[in-house]
Amino acid sequence: MKVKKYIALLIATSLLIPGMSLAERLVLKGSTTVLPIAQKVSEAYMKMNPDVKISLSGGGSSNGIKAIIDGTTDIGNASRFIKGKEVKLAVTKGVYPVPHRIALDCIVPVVHKSNGVSNLTVKQLRNIYLGKIRNWSEVGGANKRIVVISRDSSSGTYDAWKSLVMKKKRVVPSALTVPSNGGLVQAISNTKGAVGYIALGYVTKTIKTLKVEGIRGSEKTTKQGVYPISRPLYMFTKSWPKGKTLDFINYILSVKGQKLVKSVGSIPLY
Amino acid sequence: MIFNRKTTEKTVHSMFFLITTVSLTVLSLIMLFLFTESIPLFETVSIKDFLFGEFWYPTDEPAEFGILSLIIGSLYVTIISSVIAIPLGLMTAIYLAEIASERMAEIVKPIVEMLASLPSIVIGFFGMVVISPLLQETFDVPIGLNLFNASLMLAFMIIPTICSLSEDAIHSVPVALKEASLALGATHLETIIKVVIPASISGICTAVILGMSRAIGETMVVLMIAGGAAMIPTSIFDPVRPMPASIAAEMAETPFGGEHYHALFATGLVLFIFTLMFNMVAAYISNKYRQVGEASL
Repeated sequence: MKVKKYIALLIATSLLIPGMSLAERLVLKGSTTVLPIAQKVSEAYMKMNPDVKISLSGGGSSNGIKAIIDGTTDIGNASRFIKGKEVKLAVTKGVYPVPHRIALDCIVPVVHKSNGVSNLTVKQLRNIYLGKIRNWSEVGGANKRIVVISRDSSSGTYDAWKSLVMKKKRVVPSALTVPSNGGLVQAISNTKGAVGYIALGYVTKTIKTLKVEGIRGSEKTTKQGVYPISRPLYMFTKSWPKGKTLDFINYILSVKGQKLVKSVGSIPLY
Repeated sequence: MIFNRKTTEKTVHSMFFLITTVSLTVLSLIMLFLFTESIPLFETVSIKDFLFGEFWYPTDEPAEFGILSLIIGSLYVTIISSVIAIPLGLMTAIYLAEIASERMAEIVKPIVEMLASLPSIVIGFFGMVVISPLLQETFDVPIGLNLFNASLMLAFMIIPTICSLSEDAIHSVPVALKEASLALGATHLETIIKVVIPASISGICTAVILGMSRAIGETMVVLMIAGGAAMIPTSIFDPVRPMPASIAAEMAETPFGGEHYHALFATGLVLFIFTLMFNMVAAYISNKYRQVGEASL
């Protein structure tokens, strides 16, 4: 991510050099969950349109929406819908944020292959991550201690898990944290009593996925909107997009753009 | 000619002075940066809450920045790895300097030094893939990524430091001392314990402390295998989250200039104070117990 910040900075500074300012500039800010998608799509888009320079930065969904309201960005990325409070603030400033659904996020709970449990409710998952359920026998499994594995607090997957499963409550401090999706798969496949969560695109054959409320997390159930741990990802624009911004949004929503969405582990809209 | 020689002398002098100044300036600028980036945190969080707060939830609303569990995690991995590494490193050093035949030492020494050149990520990977499942099976513990695993891997890393530095110290004990001891009828073992080790104690202490300071600052190994749970461990098989692991895991994704960002710099500052203390103790010991001449023993 640091590298990406530098790249963004580099692009930004190169625009300051006179003579190069002919290139059109597009600024994207916001959610770190959307960042990998934005990154991938921007690269492809800039290859197709060499005259457009895109600068990308993270900062979180709230920052993305705030930047739209303040007019400091062309596109504000968000992993949630705009809040009532934000709409009010926007209206008082005379801004009309327009949401564009660009992809879906689906997070599945995963366990070790030998685990007999195959289904958990959201409430059970929450209680496991709150440290209230400590043994697999309490949720119909073998008598084995549950090893709770979580992601680092700055990860977008953690953010989704916290809002969709934890209802904003805190993950128990004794939870192991791993810095990457790969690390999580490794830790789960090595630990018999482990439970973790991962974006659908990163699931491998070395671990077992669990159903949630009897529904298996998949592209299909996410698109139908029945799978509980899924959410749409948005790009917000200041009023209806025009020019390059419109072109960029259209590109993401195109067949090609959605293929790129899939390649980074998120779920395409169609 | 004389003038020329003096000019050369002066040029060389000022060149070395310049080089020293540059490295000192860079170092102090880094320190200054560390301070200026950490201080904004203390506008919102008190120093006491930061150092002694038990909960590390940097991205929550409201966030909590208590690094007590991180500090304790760091201290535990350092202490346990030292407990493993000091006897092993020291005994290897004694063996190499005093007991082993020259041929044997020639074979063993490069191997020990090769251990030092292993990249920390390789050691981390080894701990993750090999030691972690092994610990789970052998000790029947639920988590393989834990305090013990991390300490064991850190011990591997600091044994070469402790070993080669103390070997140098032991090697530099004057032969006359050893000969005198043997002439008085002491056995080889008695000579080692009562003469050689006391004579090289300052060097050995420095080696140990430098090894410990490497352990507390090591990042990759603890990031990969300490487990990363920000809690105060109750057993050596509990996961911990030492300070460098926390900084490395979170820095990349944290918004620039936010509270979390400053909290990570402040954690770095605490870590810096720890390693600084270790190095100062090492300098103090090597000064105080320096062996000047054979008579002072």
